[in-house]
Amino acid sequence: MSLLRVDGLDVSFGAVRAVRDVSFTLDRGECLAIVGESGSGKSVTARTLVGLAGDRAAIAAGALDFDGLDLATLTETQWRAVRGRRIGLVLQDALVSLDPLRTVGAEVAEPLRVHGLLPRAGTGERVLSLLADVGIPEPGRRAAQYPHQLSGGLRQRALIASALAGGPELLIADEPTTALDVTVQAQVLDLLRGLKDQGTALLLISHDLSVVARLADRVAVMYAGRIVESGRTADVLADPRHPYTRALLDAVPATHAKGTRLAAPPADRPAAGPAGCAYATRCAAADDRCRQALPAPDEQGALCWHPGPGAGPSPVAVRLRTRAAEPAPEEAPPLIEADRISKRFRAPDGSAYDAVKEVSLTLRAGETLGVVGESGSGKTTAARIVLGLLEPDAGTVRFAGEPWSGVPERRRRAARLRIQAVQQDPLGSFDPRFDVERVVGEAVARAGVPRGRARRARVTELLDRVGLPAALLERRPTELSGGQRQRVAIARALAPDPDVVVCDEPVSALDVSVQAQILDLLADLQHDLNLALLFISHDLGVVHHVSDRVVVMKGGRVVETGDVTEVFANPAEDYTRELLAAVPGGNLLRS
Amino acid sequence: MTSIDTAPAPDTARPLPAGRSRLRLPRAAGGPTLVLASAVLALIVLAGVAPGLFTSTSPIETDPVNALVAPGGAHWFGTDQLGRDLFSRVLYGARPSLLLGLGATLFAVAGGALLGIAAALGGKYADQALMRLADVLLSLPPILLALLAVIVLGTGSGNVMAAIAIAFVPGYARIVRAETLVVRRSGYVEAAVGLGLPRPLLIVRHVLPNALGPMLVLATVGFGSSLIAASGLSFLGLGPEPPSPEWGAMLSQGRGFLATAWWIGVFPGAAITLTALVVNAVGRRAQARFTRRTTR
Repeated sequence: MSLLRVDGLDVSFGAVRAVRDVSFTLDRGECLAIVGESGSGKSVTARTLVGLAGDRAAIAAGALDFDGLDLATLTETQWRAVRGRRIGLVLQDALVSLDPLRTVGAEVAEPLRVHGLLPRAGTGERVLSLLADVGIPEPGRRAAQYPHQLSGGLRQRALIASALAGGPELLIADEPTTALDVTVQAQVLDLLRGLKDQGTALLLISHDLSVVARLADRVAVMYAGRIVESGRTADVLADPRHPYTRALLDAVPATHAKGTRLAAPPADRPAAGPAGCAYATRCAAADDRCRQALPAPDEQGALCWHPGPGAGPSPVAVRLRTRAAEPAPEEAPPLIEADRISKRFRAPDGSAYDAVKEVSLTLRAGETLGVVGESGSGKTTAARIVLGLLEPDAGTVRFAGEPWSGVPERRRRAARLRIQAVQQDPLGSFDPRFDVERVVGEAVARAGVPRGRARRARVTELLDRVGLPAALLERRPTELSGGQRQRVAIARALAPDPDVVVCDEPVSALDVSVQAQILDLLADLQHDLNLALLFISHDLGVVHHVSDRVVVMKGGRVVETGDVTEVFANPAEDYTRELLAAVPGGNLLRS
Repeated sequence: MTSIDTAPAPDTARPLPAGRSRLRLPRAAGGPTLVLASAVLALIVLAGVAPGLFTSTSPIETDPVNALVAPGGAHWFGTDQLGRDLFSRVLYGARPSLLLGLGATLFAVAGGALLGIAAALGGKYADQALMRLADVLLSLPPILLALLAVIVLGTGSGNVMAAIAIAFVPGYARIVRAETLVVRRSGYVEAAVGLGLPRPLLIVRHVLPNALGPMLVLATVGFGSSLIAASGLSFLGLGPEPPSPEWGAMLSQGRGFLATAWWIGVFPGAAITLTALVVNAVGRRAQARFTRRTTR
């Protein structure tokens, strides 16, 4: 008898069917991972299992059985006895999920108090042991601190500790590692594995197959509300049947040879009928039968008429075009030459710290320099100095041979158009009052295109260049998907025909499949326009995939630098090795 | 080149309504309160613009024979001690009262915007000087501040407006300064710097419109406060000169007759309260809409 049995779960919000006919079981000490992109219904499924799907959700299920308890019929009062006590929930964003006005200790103690599990006197001790269990050093000191005083990794652990306080038999973790650095991510995954080994059932929700592959016994791949494939993790990874599963696997840069495409060539196919396969619009193998009806699942649960490999060209086989121009000859001055730049900031407690310390880097025309490091390593500060948005305290930056730092803004202004930026959060970089046309149009105007028809034509051309239809011109950025927003940001950066584009974590807020498309787009643009890219990321797989050379940063300093293949194959520094070891599915990085 | 993520999104993605444009009519979904408040506000404004539409009786013509008549068929709101029709006076009183409130709010908003932006963009010393001054002014009750200003400036409509504006300027300046500081550090201003936009253009195109938005929304609520303050000053005899009708001054007149003729004071008072109430209701709604639009 399984601990959790879900059979034929349907969740709708009005006319929108978020979850359709989802079935799975989960035993004690087992881990099931539900994998899919944003909007696939994976989070709605998780929330339904803790009774948090919301008032607008209409839930129907053949069975929603948790240890003999019918979850579908619980009242809110009954839910309170289950939630936190028998089913724990860990959410993605620990800073938002933890109450900023309460100490970590109070947060972890709450389930104990609410469910009356311990006499008041024993609570403090139990909190400390819980914090120690999840690997928080100095639990006594940490318990008295507030969430903002903890690092991202510690916050996530504190959140897990509070979910574990009630001793739940089932732990649901929704994207528990998405916002974390690789080494911290590895620690959190190890922590979850420890819980599983002690008999907790684990339901893991993620958009990244490579992350959950380490931990999950079984995976279920969701697309458009349906589970399109499920089975033992090793089987699914070795023999993905559904084209969407293959696309998800292919999208992970770390599993790829350099210089290959991550996403299938764009397909624009007719949409399926209501009973057909929702993936047909994106599938290279889709035919009329796919659009009309779904087949019965095969032995691996794959809902596909064309299962197994061979349905359409695997994108892995498609090599990216090679660079049009070789990197500029050595004697030409580099586009960007940063010489031992340093920047000190004042911490909230008044002490000064070095955000960037004696960092030197050069970028030549047409090449990609990757900058990799964990949060707080000074990557973004270095990028802002290179962009001329921040003056270094010491050291100099030269742009195309001319002084770039330490000169008045007036002198920089003319050259500004030659160096453009793409930020991690594109939405924040768009004026909230502007629609797409004005956002891109402003940059086009700076490049000297007169207003009127010519400008509109150029904006449309740029949108087309980044793969966006002209129909989006009048949309506001808030009405676009994450991938579309990032494409608009790239279109804006391209408007003045720059020589250099500085990309600061351009894909870290995106699902792997969208990330793959944006990385392919950047590679195409670099090839076509001979751009030099300064590519900043905490994701080693991504940096390895796009970069020619790499700079590894830690604590504001450059730890290691060199050709990306060599650095990743033979890391000279312990820190680089540590980072590489933590990359999920990263074995291929070295080969 | 068409991309995959522009293909029709899976059905749980946020639906993107086709007709979402700036010209969209306000949704009726504000609840009956909002509809009622808007309707009442529209009537009050109409009375302010064209009181003759509602009554043909003169608001200043005296009729000693019919003095102190109680509300009834001939005089809906009764008459005052000089026999003037109160219904007509309340209607005609709308224009000066609304103008006082509106003018004061406009002055306050303009002054607040100017000072707030100057504090935020004018450097450390300007910021310190302006904000400490604002602290001092904010420590006094606005009505007291307005009283002081009127005593210095002298009475009359224009001076009352200016006095109330002075009382409300520090609050608006504070909001504008805070918003400007946030906007100045935002990603989109940084992006504009990256495009090499000259500073004046940057401020006019990106900083000002985004920093002033929240204040303009608050000003709709602030209009109610200005109106009450203006009526208060008129009540104390510092507003427009009699006999022109103004709600605050009428309320003051009615004070001496409360025991014998309650209607002289009650109707102007009710008019002030009702106006402040509906302006607040509409203003709060505008505020909620604005917050939702910018924080989505």
